[in-house]
Amino acid sequence: MIVAGIEPKAEMVHWWFATGILILGLLLVAEVVVGPEVWGRRPWRRYLWPGLCFLLGVLMWPVMALYTNSMIHMVAHGSWAQVLMLTGGAELGVVRGKLHSQYWRLTSVVALLVSGTAFLVHEQNGWYFARAAFLHHALGWTLIVAAVFPLAQAVRPRSVVAASGFALTFLVIAVLLFCDRDSAAIFGHFSTFAGVPHR
Amino acid sequence: MSADYAHQRLGQTEKEHIARAVSSTRVRIVLALGPATAIGGIAWAFLQPWRLTLLHPYGQGFWWLFAEPPLYVVLVGVLFRLLIAPGLVEDMEETD
Repeated sequence: MIVAGIEPKAEMVHWWFATGILILGLLLVAEVVVGPEVWGRRPWRRYLWPGLCFLLGVLMWPVMALYTNSMIHMVAHGSWAQVLMLTGGAELGVVRGKLHSQYWRLTSVVALLVSGTAFLVHEQNGWYFARAAFLHHALGWTLIVAAVFPLAQAVRPRSVVAASGFALTFLVIAVLLFCDRDSAAIFGHFSTFAGVPHR
Repeated sequence: MSADYAHQRLGQTEKEHIARAVSSTRVRIVLALGPATAIGGIAWAFLQPWRLTLLHPYGQGFWWLFAEPPLYVVLVGVLFRLLIAPGLVEDMEETD
């Protein structure tokens, strides 16, 4: 109860992760624009997005441990933590030169599919229940559809379309997460069971 | 100068010109990414000023004062422009 009183609201945590994912998206877009050769000219730059991805995974663990309002939320947060760390770790291994296969990009496919499924499974309400429910559905389907981009990258690593799609996915996810509110209407719809609406 | 050589030179110059133009477009995009993001954050702050609790701080708790999402977006754009973009532009120019 004391922890519930001092911990930040769920919507705030979503905004912080949105900020991290926005940085991730900008880094990936910049890499697509300049190309992998220019991007890799400074070694520290190669570690930026995999490192940030791994860090977001680590930071997801406190979210899992502290936001224990339901079992299914804990499972969802835990699965995001694991797949973010898996993808970040695999990409770190690739840029470090410890891992060589282009198929390590498939870890991003796994991450997007698991994350998307977790969003859809842990949202028990319909699309128009409230804004949070709508965003959970939108995020889930966005992630599942976007899994096609890293899949294409695993097969064709130099595909600009696949890299652009992968990068833009993170920008879309950031925008959706920034739109989140704990209880707010969505396109004029708001369930009477969703609590007190906010702006 | 033979016609073949002159034609070849003309082709090379044209290719160099195209390569420079593409590179210049890329430089502009990289330099615009940060400001575009920051402008997005500023536009959001104008559209939803109630998201910035700093504008009406009385009675707000710590977390509400710390959570200023439009400012986060502006900050990300500014940091990208200051920390990431200059090095990328420098490296693109060196590669050319």
